[in-house]
Amino acid sequence: MDSGTGEGSTSFTDDYETFISTTDVDLLKRAWRNEKAAPEILQYEAALRSSLQEQNVEASEADGEDPLTMSLYQMDLDRTQFLLRSYLRVRLQKIEKYIFHILKTDESLNRLSDEEQTFAASCGDDLRAHLKETVLSKLPTDYNSELKQSAASEEDDMVPAPRLDSFVICKARQYISGLDFEPEYSHEITEMERDLLTFVCYKFIKKPLENGKIDLV
Amino acid sequence: MAGQSGSQLSLFTPDEVEFVAEDELVEIVPNLRMDSLNFICGDYGPFYPQIAIQVPLWLALALKKRGKCTIRPPQWMSIENLTQVLEGERESHAFQTLPFHYVEISRLLFDRARDDIPDVYMVRSLVEDIRDVRFHKVETNLENFTASAVTWKNMAAMEVNIIRAFSGRALQAFYRHENEQAVPDLDRTQDRQPQNLNDRPRVCRSFCCIPIFPLHHWIDKIVFISCLLDYCPTIVFLWRAYCLFVVPLQRNLRPR
Repeated sequence: MDSGTGEGSTSFTDDYETFISTTDVDLLKRAWRNEKAAPEILQYEAALRSSLQEQNVEASEADGEDPLTMSLYQMDLDRTQFLLRSYLRVRLQKIEKYIFHILKTDESLNRLSDEEQTFAASCGDDLRAHLKETVLSKLPTDYNSELKQSAASEEDDMVPAPRLDSFVICKARQYISGLDFEPEYSHEITEMERDLLTFVCYKFIKKPLENGKIDLV
Repeated sequence: MAGQSGSQLSLFTPDEVEFVAEDELVEIVPNLRMDSLNFICGDYGPFYPQIAIQVPLWLALALKKRGKCTIRPPQWMSIENLTQVLEGERESHAFQTLPFHYVEISRLLFDRARDDIPDVYMVRSLVEDIRDVRFHKVETNLENFTASAVTWKNMAAMEVNIIRAFSGRALQAFYRHENEQAVPDLDRTQDRQPQNLNDRPRVCRSFCCIPIFPLHHWIDKIVFISCLLDYCPTIVFLWRAYCLFVVPLQRNLRPR
Protein backbone atom coordinates (compact mmCIF):
# COMPACT_ATOMS: atom_id res chain seq x y z
CA MET A 1 0.00 0.00 0.00
CA ASP A 2 1.86 3.09 -1.21
CA SER A 3 0.78 6.46 -0.01
CA GLY A 4 -0.72 8.91 -2.45
CA THR A 5 0.77 7.85 -5.78
CA GLY A 6 -1.24 4.85 -6.86
CA GLU A 7 -0.95 3.36 -10.31
CA GLY A 8 -3.45 5.71 -11.90
CA SER A 9 -1.70 5.65 -15.26
CA THR A 10 -4.23 5.41 -17.99
CA SER A 11 -2.78 2.88 -20.36
CA PHE A 12 -2.88 -0.14 -18.01
CA THR A 13 -5.66 -2.69 -18.18
CA ASP A 14 -7.77 -3.41 -15.12
CA ASP A 15 -6.16 -6.73 -14.34
CA TYR A 16 -2.68 -5.36 -14.48
CA GLU A 17 -3.62 -2.47 -12.25
CA THR A 18 -5.05 -4.70 -9.58
CA PHE A 19 -2.06 -6.94 -9.84
CA ILE A 20 0.50 -4.20 -9.34
CA SER A 21 -1.22 -2.26 -6.59
CA THR A 22 -4.53 -0.70 -5.76
CA THR A 23 -4.80 2.75 -4.33
CA ASP A 24 -5.80 3.30 -0.76
CA VAL A 25 -9.07 4.73 -1.96
CA ASP A 26 -9.92 1.49 -3.77
CA LEU A 27 -9.20 -0.49 -0.63
CA LEU A 28 -11.27 1.90 1.44
CA LYS A 29 -14.14 1.68 -1.03
CA ARG A 30 -14.04 -2.09 -0.84
CA ALA A 31 -13.94 -2.03 2.97
CA TRP A 32 -16.84 0.44 3.02
CA ARG A 33 -19.01 -1.69 0.75
CA ASN A 34 -18.28 -4.84 2.70
CA GLU A 35 -19.00 -3.15 5.99
CA LYS A 36 -22.28 -1.69 4.75
CA ALA A 37 -23.54 -4.94 3.32
CA ALA A 38 -22.49 -7.33 6.09
CA PRO A 39 -24.86 -8.00 8.98
CA GLU A 40 -22.09 -8.17 11.58
CA ILE A 41 -19.12 -5.93 12.24
CA LEU A 42 -15.95 -6.77 10.29
CA GLN A 43 -12.28 -6.40 11.08
CA TYR A 44 -11.11 -2.80 11.46
CA GLU A 45 -8.70 -1.61 8.78
CA ALA A 46 -6.22 0.21 10.97
CA ALA A 47 -3.37 0.50 8.47
CA LEU A 48 -5.72 1.92 5.85
CA ARG A 49 -7.05 4.51 8.24
CA SER A 50 -3.64 5.74 9.34
CA SER A 51 -2.22 6.05 5.83
CA LEU A 52 -5.32 7.85 4.64
CA GLN A 53 -5.06 10.30 7.49
CA GLU A 54 -1.49 11.12 6.48
CA GLN A 55 -2.59 11.73 2.91
CA ASN A 56 -5.50 13.88 4.03
CA VAL A 57 -3.10 16.09 5.97
CA GLU A 58 -0.74 16.37 3.00
CA ALA A 59 -3.53 17.23 0.62
CA SER A 60 -5.06 19.91 2.81
CA GLU A 61 -1.67 21.57 3.22
CA ALA A 62 -1.08 21.87 -0.52
CA ASP A 63 -0.42 25.44 -1.63
CA GLY A 64 -2.97 27.18 -3.78
CA GLU A 65 -1.98 27.38 -7.42
CA ASP A 66 -5.02 28.42 -9.37
CA PRO A 67 -8.62 28.18 -8.20
CA LEU A 68 -9.47 25.40 -10.66
CA THR A 69 -6.76 23.05 -9.44
CA MET A 70 -7.55 23.90 -5.83
CA SER A 71 -11.22 23.07 -6.30
CA LEU A 72 -10.38 19.77 -7.99
CA TYR A 73 -8.05 18.77 -5.16
CA GLN A 74 -10.76 19.75 -2.71
CA MET A 75 -13.28 17.54 -4.52
CA ASP A 76 -10.95 14.58 -4.36
CA LEU A 77 -10.33 15.20 -0.66
CA ASP A 78 -14.08 15.48 -0.03
CA ARG A 79 -14.75 12.20 -1.78
CA THR A 80 -12.13 10.35 0.23
CA GLN A 81 -13.30 11.89 3.47
CA PHE A 82 -16.88 10.93 2.73
CA LEU A 83 -15.87 7.31 2.30
CA LEU A 84 -13.83 7.32 5.49
CA ARG A 85 -16.54 9.00 7.55
CA SER A 86 -19.27 6.77 6.21
CA TYR A 87 -17.15 3.70 6.98
CA LEU A 88 -16.62 4.79 10.57
CA ARG A 89 -20.26 5.80 10.94
CA VAL A 90 -21.56 2.42 9.76
CA ARG A 91 -19.28 0.67 12.23
CA LEU A 92 -20.52 2.87 15.08
CA GLN A 93 -24.13 2.14 14.13
CA LYS A 94 -23.43 -1.56 14.24
CA ILE A 95 -21.71 -1.26 17.61
CA GLU A 96 -24.68 0.62 19.03
CA LYS A 97 -27.10 -1.94 17.68
CA TYR A 98 -25.35 -5.02 19.02
CA ILE A 99 -23.68 -3.43 22.00
CA PHE A 100 -24.18 -6.20 24.55
CA HIS A 101 -23.37 -8.93 22.08
CA ILE A 102 -20.09 -7.26 21.13
CA LEU A 103 -19.08 -6.71 24.74
CA LYS A 104 -19.79 -10.35 25.48
CA THR A 105 -17.90 -12.04 22.63
CA ASP A 106 -14.14 -11.64 22.48
CA GLU A 107 -14.09 -12.30 18.76
CA SER A 108 -16.24 -9.25 18.03
CA LEU A 109 -14.38 -7.12 20.56
CA ASN A 110 -11.06 -7.85 18.85
CA ARG A 111 -12.40 -6.56 15.56
CA LEU A 112 -12.85 -3.07 16.97
CA SER A 113 -10.20 -0.39 17.08
CA ASP A 114 -9.04 0.99 20.42
CA GLU A 115 -11.26 4.05 20.26
CA GLU A 116 -14.22 1.92 19.27
CA GLN A 117 -13.62 -0.38 22.22
CA THR A 118 -13.62 2.58 24.60
CA PHE A 119 -16.80 3.84 22.96
CA ALA A 120 -18.44 0.42 23.22
CA ALA A 121 -17.55 0.06 26.90
CA SER A 122 -18.90 3.48 27.83
CA CYS A 123 -22.01 3.03 25.66
CA GLY A 124 -22.70 -0.33 27.31
CA ASP A 125 -22.31 1.15 30.76
CA ASP A 126 -24.65 4.03 29.96
CA LEU A 127 -27.27 1.73 28.50
CA ARG A 128 -27.05 -0.63 31.45
CA ALA A 129 -27.41 2.22 33.92
CA HIS A 130 -30.35 3.66 32.00
CA LEU A 131 -32.19 0.33 31.85
CA LYS A 132 -31.58 -0.29 35.53
CA GLU A 133 -32.81 3.12 36.54
CA THR A 134 -35.94 3.16 34.42
CA VAL A 135 -37.16 -0.42 34.42
CA LEU A 136 -35.03 -3.13 35.93
CA SER A 137 -34.78 -1.84 39.46
CA LYS A 138 -38.57 -1.98 39.69
CA LEU A 139 -38.80 -5.63 38.67
CA PRO A 140 -38.44 -8.55 41.11
CA THR A 141 -34.91 -9.87 41.65
CA ASP A 142 -35.24 -12.84 39.36
CA TYR A 143 -36.15 -10.69 36.38
CA ASN A 144 -33.95 -7.65 36.68
CA SER A 145 -30.97 -8.69 34.59
CA GLU A 146 -30.46 -6.86 31.30
CA LEU A 147 -28.93 -9.94 29.71
CA LYS A 148 -31.33 -12.67 30.71
CA GLN A 149 -35.09 -12.75 30.60
CA SER A 150 -35.30 -14.38 34.00
CA ALA A 151 -33.04 -16.22 36.40
CA ALA A 152 -34.32 -19.45 34.91
CA SER A 153 -32.82 -18.69 31.46
CA GLU A 154 -29.68 -20.62 30.67
CA GLU A 155 -28.23 -18.22 28.14
CA ASP A 156 -28.34 -14.49 27.64
CA ASP A 157 -31.56 -14.37 25.70
CA MET A 158 -32.20 -10.65 26.03
CA VAL A 159 -29.18 -9.85 23.89
CA PRO A 160 -29.90 -9.39 20.16
CA ALA A 161 -27.26 -11.01 18.03
CA PRO A 162 -26.48 -10.18 14.41
CA ARG A 163 -28.44 -12.33 11.96
CA LEU A 164 -25.78 -14.33 10.23
CA ASP A 165 -28.34 -16.15 8.12
CA SER A 166 -29.35 -13.02 6.25
CA PHE A 167 -28.73 -13.05 2.53
CA VAL A 168 -26.15 -10.82 0.89
CA ILE A 169 -25.10 -10.17 -2.70
CA CYS A 170 -21.48 -10.85 -3.48
CA LYS A 171 -18.97 -11.27 -6.27
CA ALA A 172 -15.94 -13.49 -6.12
CA ARG A 173 -12.64 -11.90 -7.13
CA GLN A 174 -11.17 -15.23 -8.19
CA TYR A 175 -12.41 -18.73 -8.69
CA ILE A 176 -13.29 -20.22 -5.30
CA SER A 177 -13.39 -23.96 -4.85
CA GLY A 178 -15.11 -25.95 -2.14
CA LEU A 179 -11.98 -25.95 0.01
CA ASP A 180 -12.29 -22.25 0.78
CA PHE A 181 -15.64 -22.67 2.47
CA GLU A 182 -16.26 -24.09 5.90
CA PRO A 183 -16.74 -27.88 5.77
CA GLU A 184 -20.15 -27.77 7.43
CA TYR A 185 -21.51 -25.63 4.58
CA SER A 186 -19.88 -27.58 1.80
CA HIS A 187 -23.12 -29.31 0.87
CA GLU A 188 -24.85 -25.98 0.42
CA ILE A 189 -22.29 -24.20 -1.72
CA THR A 190 -19.53 -25.92 -3.60
CA GLU A 191 -17.84 -23.33 -5.75
CA MET A 192 -18.06 -19.79 -6.99
CA GLU A 193 -17.00 -18.44 -10.31
CA ARG A 194 -15.25 -15.16 -10.77
CA ASP A 195 -17.31 -11.98 -11.24
CA LEU A 196 -20.69 -13.69 -11.08
CA LEU A 197 -23.32 -11.99 -8.93
CA THR A 198 -24.48 -14.41 -6.26
CA PHE A 199 -27.20 -14.10 -3.65
CA VAL A 200 -26.06 -16.26 -0.78
CA CYS A 201 -26.48 -16.71 2.94
CA TYR A 202 -23.90 -14.60 4.80
CA LYS A 203 -22.59 -17.34 7.04
CA PHE A 204 -21.57 -19.52 4.08
CA ILE A 205 -19.22 -16.90 2.70
CA LYS A 206 -17.93 -15.55 6.00
CA LYS A 207 -14.59 -17.34 5.73
CA PRO A 208 -13.71 -16.37 2.13
CA LEU A 209 -14.80 -12.80 2.95
CA GLU A 210 -12.32 -12.60 5.80
CA ASN A 211 -9.62 -13.90 3.48
CA GLY A 212 -10.39 -11.18 0.98
CA LYS A 213 -11.51 -13.49 -1.81
CA ILE A 214 -15.08 -12.19 -2.00
CA ASP A 215 -16.49 -8.69 -2.28
CA LEU A 216 -19.93 -7.79 -1.10
CA VAL A 217 -21.86 -5.61 -3.52
CA MET B 1 -35.86 -5.53 16.16
CA ALA B 2 -32.98 -7.10 14.28
CA GLY B 3 -35.04 -7.65 11.14
CA GLN B 4 -36.40 -4.17 10.66
CA SER B 5 -33.50 -1.91 11.47
CA GLY B 6 -30.97 -4.39 10.10
CA SER B 7 -32.18 -3.77 6.62
CA GLN B 8 -31.67 -0.04 6.97
CA LEU B 9 -27.98 -0.44 7.74
CA SER B 10 -27.25 -2.54 4.71
CA LEU B 11 -29.19 -0.50 2.18
CA PHE B 12 -27.33 1.63 -0.30
CA THR B 13 -29.18 4.76 -1.40
CA PRO B 14 -29.20 5.48 -5.15
CA ASP B 15 -26.91 8.44 -4.47
CA GLU B 16 -24.34 6.13 -2.92
CA VAL B 17 -24.51 3.82 -5.93
CA GLU B 18 -23.99 6.86 -8.14
CA PHE B 19 -21.03 7.89 -5.98
CA VAL B 20 -19.38 4.53 -6.59
CA ALA B 21 -20.16 4.79 -10.32
CA GLU B 22 -18.42 8.16 -10.55
CA ASP B 23 -15.06 6.46 -10.21
CA GLU B 24 -15.39 4.78 -13.60
CA LEU B 25 -12.97 6.04 -16.24
CA VAL B 26 -14.18 8.01 -19.26
CA GLU B 27 -12.32 9.71 -22.08
CA ILE B 28 -12.24 13.49 -22.31
CA VAL B 29 -10.71 16.00 -24.67
CA PRO B 30 -9.48 18.96 -22.63
CA ASN B 31 -9.17 22.44 -24.10
CA LEU B 32 -6.62 23.75 -21.63
CA ARG B 33 -3.10 23.03 -20.55
CA MET B 34 -2.72 21.73 -17.01
CA ASP B 35 -0.06 19.89 -15.01
CA SER B 36 -0.60 16.44 -13.56
CA LEU B 37 -3.05 16.17 -10.73
CA ASN B 38 -1.76 14.01 -7.89
CA PHE B 39 -4.93 12.99 -6.14
CA ILE B 40 -5.29 10.59 -3.26
CA CYS B 41 -7.21 8.33 -5.60
CA GLY B 42 -4.57 8.35 -8.34
CA ASP B 43 -2.55 10.51 -10.70
CA TYR B 44 -4.07 12.03 -13.83
CA GLY B 45 -2.57 14.23 -16.47
CA PRO B 46 -0.76 16.23 -17.63
CA PHE B 47 -3.51 17.74 -19.77
CA TYR B 48 -2.77 19.09 -23.25
CA PRO B 49 -5.35 20.79 -25.45
CA GLN B 50 -7.07 18.46 -27.94
CA ILE B 51 -5.26 15.37 -26.68
CA ALA B 52 -7.67 12.71 -25.33
CA ILE B 53 -7.07 11.38 -21.81
CA GLN B 54 -8.83 9.01 -19.44
CA VAL B 55 -10.06 10.40 -16.14
CA PRO B 56 -12.66 9.39 -13.56
CA LEU B 57 -16.22 10.42 -14.31
CA TRP B 58 -16.45 12.87 -11.40
CA LEU B 59 -13.39 14.74 -12.61
CA ALA B 60 -14.72 14.78 -16.18
CA LEU B 61 -18.04 16.22 -15.03
CA ALA B 62 -16.31 18.87 -12.90
CA LEU B 63 -14.15 19.97 -15.82
CA LYS B 64 -17.12 19.91 -18.18
CA LYS B 65 -19.12 22.09 -15.80
CA ARG B 66 -16.37 24.69 -15.89
CA GLY B 67 -16.20 24.45 -19.66
CA LYS B 68 -12.68 23.03 -19.72
CA CYS B 69 -13.27 19.87 -21.73
CA THR B 70 -15.62 17.84 -23.87
CA ILE B 71 -16.54 14.30 -22.87
CA ARG B 72 -16.40 11.50 -25.43
CA PRO B 73 -19.29 9.10 -24.84
CA PRO B 74 -18.02 5.58 -24.10
CA GLN B 75 -17.93 2.87 -26.78
CA TRP B 76 -20.93 1.02 -25.46
CA MET B 77 -23.13 4.12 -25.77
CA SER B 78 -23.16 4.20 -29.57
CA ILE B 79 -26.49 3.74 -31.32
CA GLU B 80 -25.37 0.57 -33.15
CA ASN B 81 -24.19 -1.11 -29.96
CA LEU B 82 -27.28 -0.14 -28.00
CA THR B 83 -29.63 -1.34 -30.76
CA GLN B 84 -27.81 -4.65 -30.80
CA VAL B 85 -28.00 -4.93 -27.02
CA LEU B 86 -31.70 -4.11 -27.06
CA GLU B 87 -32.43 -6.81 -29.66
CA GLY B 88 -30.39 -9.30 -27.66
CA GLU B 89 -32.29 -8.43 -24.48
CA ARG B 90 -35.63 -8.91 -26.17
CA GLU B 91 -34.70 -12.24 -27.72
CA SER B 92 -32.98 -14.12 -24.94
CA HIS B 93 -33.67 -14.71 -21.24
CA ALA B 94 -30.15 -13.88 -20.18
CA PHE B 95 -28.80 -10.38 -19.67
CA GLN B 96 -26.58 -8.86 -22.32
CA THR B 97 -23.13 -7.61 -21.41
CA LEU B 98 -23.28 -4.01 -20.29
CA PRO B 99 -21.03 -2.10 -17.91
CA PHE B 100 -21.93 -2.65 -14.28
CA HIS B 101 -22.81 1.01 -13.79
CA TYR B 102 -24.39 1.69 -17.16
CA VAL B 103 -27.52 3.25 -15.65
CA GLU B 104 -25.66 5.79 -13.53
CA ILE B 105 -23.09 6.66 -16.19
CA SER B 106 -25.72 7.20 -18.88
CA ARG B 107 -27.88 9.27 -16.57
CA LEU B 108 -25.01 11.53 -15.52
CA LEU B 109 -23.91 12.04 -19.10
CA PHE B 110 -27.44 12.87 -20.26
CA ASP B 111 -27.87 15.38 -17.46
CA ARG B 112 -24.56 17.19 -17.71
CA ALA B 113 -22.94 16.44 -21.06
CA ARG B 114 -25.90 16.34 -23.41
CA ASP B 115 -24.21 18.31 -26.19
CA ASP B 116 -21.30 15.88 -26.38
CA ILE B 117 -23.50 12.91 -27.32
CA PRO B 118 -24.53 12.59 -30.98
CA ASP B 119 -28.26 11.81 -31.46
CA VAL B 120 -28.84 12.15 -27.77
CA TYR B 121 -32.61 11.58 -27.92
CA MET B 122 -32.21 8.31 -29.78
CA VAL B 123 -29.53 7.11 -27.39
CA ARG B 124 -31.62 8.12 -24.41
CA SER B 125 -34.71 6.27 -25.61
CA LEU B 126 -32.62 3.16 -26.38
CA VAL B 127 -31.10 3.15 -22.90
CA GLU B 128 -34.53 3.54 -21.32
CA ASP B 129 -35.94 0.68 -23.40
CA ILE B 130 -33.03 -1.51 -22.37
CA ARG B 131 -33.63 -0.63 -18.73
CA ASP B 132 -37.32 -1.53 -19.02
CA VAL B 133 -36.68 -4.86 -20.72
CA ARG B 134 -34.00 -5.85 -18.23
CA PHE B 135 -36.09 -4.91 -15.25
CA HIS B 136 -38.99 -6.89 -16.60
CA LYS B 137 -36.66 -9.89 -16.81
CA VAL B 138 -35.55 -9.29 -13.23
CA GLU B 139 -39.17 -9.31 -12.10
CA THR B 140 -39.97 -12.57 -13.90
CA ASN B 141 -36.80 -14.19 -12.59
CA LEU B 142 -37.79 -13.31 -9.04
CA GLU B 143 -40.43 -16.03 -9.32
CA ASN B 144 -37.73 -18.67 -9.66
CA PHE B 145 -36.02 -18.07 -6.36
CA THR B 146 -35.15 -21.01 -4.16
CA ALA B 147 -33.58 -21.12 -0.75
CA SER B 148 -30.06 -21.88 -1.93
CA ALA B 149 -27.65 -19.53 -3.65
CA VAL B 150 -28.98 -17.69 -6.68
CA THR B 151 -26.59 -16.51 -9.36
CA TRP B 152 -27.13 -13.84 -11.94
CA LYS B 153 -24.84 -12.93 -14.76
CA ASN B 154 -24.43 -9.36 -15.98
CA MET B 155 -26.93 -7.65 -13.74
CA ALA B 156 -26.24 -3.96 -13.27
CA ALA B 157 -25.62 -2.11 -10.01
CA MET B 158 -28.85 -0.12 -9.97
CA GLU B 159 -30.98 -3.18 -10.69
CA VAL B 160 -29.26 -5.05 -7.87
CA ASN B 161 -29.84 -2.16 -5.51
CA ILE B 162 -33.56 -1.97 -6.31
CA ILE B 163 -34.26 -5.58 -5.42
CA ARG B 164 -31.66 -5.93 -2.68
CA ALA B 165 -33.92 -5.44 0.34
CA PHE B 166 -36.86 -7.44 -0.94
CA SER B 167 -34.88 -10.37 -2.29
CA GLY B 168 -32.74 -10.54 0.84
CA ARG B 169 -35.76 -10.91 3.08
CA ALA B 170 -37.51 -13.27 0.68
CA LEU B 171 -34.50 -15.59 0.46
CA GLN B 172 -34.10 -15.47 4.21
CA ALA B 173 -37.74 -16.49 4.67
CA PHE B 174 -37.33 -19.36 2.18
CA TYR B 175 -34.20 -20.52 3.93
CA ARG B 176 -35.83 -20.44 7.32
CA HIS B 177 -38.90 -22.34 6.20
CA GLU B 178 -36.84 -24.97 4.44
CA ASN B 179 -34.65 -25.57 7.43
CA GLU B 180 -37.58 -25.52 9.83
CA GLN B 181 -35.97 -23.47 12.53
CA ALA B 182 -38.13 -23.42 15.63
CA VAL B 183 -37.00 -20.01 16.84
CA PRO B 184 -40.00 -17.68 17.05
CA ASP B 185 -39.11 -14.21 15.93
CA LEU B 186 -40.69 -10.94 15.04
CA ASP B 187 -40.07 -11.36 11.31
CA ARG B 188 -42.57 -14.19 11.07
CA THR B 189 -45.39 -12.31 12.72
CA GLN B 190 -44.67 -9.35 10.51
CA ASP B 191 -44.77 -11.58 7.44
CA ARG B 192 -48.07 -13.10 8.47
CA GLN B 193 -49.98 -9.86 8.89
CA PRO B 194 -49.63 -8.46 5.36
CA GLN B 195 -50.85 -11.80 3.99
CA ASN B 196 -54.11 -11.57 5.92
CA LEU B 197 -54.68 -8.02 4.78
CA ASN B 198 -54.20 -9.01 1.15
CA ASP B 199 -56.52 -11.99 1.31
CA ARG B 200 -59.67 -10.20 2.28
CA PRO B 201 -59.86 -7.46 -0.36
CA ARG B 202 -58.80 -9.93 -3.07
CA VAL B 203 -61.83 -12.13 -2.42
CA CYS B 204 -64.10 -9.11 -2.34
CA ARG B 205 -62.70 -7.65 -5.51
CA SER B 206 -62.91 -10.82 -7.58
CA PHE B 207 -66.46 -11.42 -6.44
CA CYS B 208 -67.70 -7.96 -7.24
CA CYS B 209 -65.85 -7.12 -10.37
CA ILE B 210 -66.91 -10.14 -12.42
CA PRO B 211 -69.97 -8.37 -13.91
CA ILE B 212 -67.92 -5.34 -14.89
CA PHE B 213 -64.36 -6.06 -15.97
CA PRO B 214 -64.61 -8.86 -18.53
CA LEU B 215 -67.42 -6.94 -20.25
CA HIS B 216 -65.18 -3.92 -20.06
CA HIS B 217 -62.43 -5.71 -21.99
CA TRP B 218 -64.65 -7.06 -24.75
CA ILE B 219 -66.33 -3.76 -25.43
CA ASP B 220 -62.92 -2.15 -25.35
CA LYS B 221 -61.78 -4.45 -28.14
CA ILE B 222 -64.90 -3.85 -30.25
CA VAL B 223 -64.56 -0.09 -29.86
CA PHE B 224 -60.93 -0.19 -30.77
CA ILE B 225 -61.52 -2.16 -33.93
CA SER B 226 -64.45 -0.03 -34.94
CA CYS B 227 -62.46 3.11 -34.45
CA LEU B 228 -59.78 1.75 -36.70
CA LEU B 229 -62.25 0.88 -39.40
CA ASP B 230 -64.17 4.12 -38.84
CA TYR B 231 -67.18 1.91 -38.94
CA CYS B 232 -69.48 3.07 -36.25
CA PRO B 233 -68.80 6.29 -34.34
CA THR B 234 -72.00 5.80 -32.39
CA ILE B 235 -70.44 2.80 -30.66
CA VAL B 236 -67.66 5.09 -29.50
CA PHE B 237 -70.19 7.58 -28.18
CA LEU B 238 -72.18 4.90 -26.39
CA TRP B 239 -68.98 3.45 -24.91
CA ARG B 240 -67.91 6.81 -23.58
CA ALA B 241 -71.33 7.36 -22.04
CA TYR B 242 -71.07 3.93 -20.44
CA CYS B 243 -67.68 4.72 -18.94
CA LEU B 244 -68.67 8.10 -17.67
CA PHE B 245 -72.05 7.33 -16.19
CA VAL B 246 -72.78 3.65 -15.76
CA VAL B 247 -69.53 2.24 -14.37
CA PRO B 248 -69.23 4.67 -11.44
CA LEU B 249 -72.86 4.03 -10.55
CA GLN B 250 -72.26 0.27 -10.56
CA ARG B 251 -69.18 0.71 -8.43
CA ASN B 252 -71.06 2.78 -5.85
CA LEU B 253 -73.88 0.29 -5.61
CA ARG B 254 -71.52 -2.72 -5.27
CA PRO B 255 -72.01 -4.64 -1.98
CA ARG B 256 -68.99 -4.40 0.36
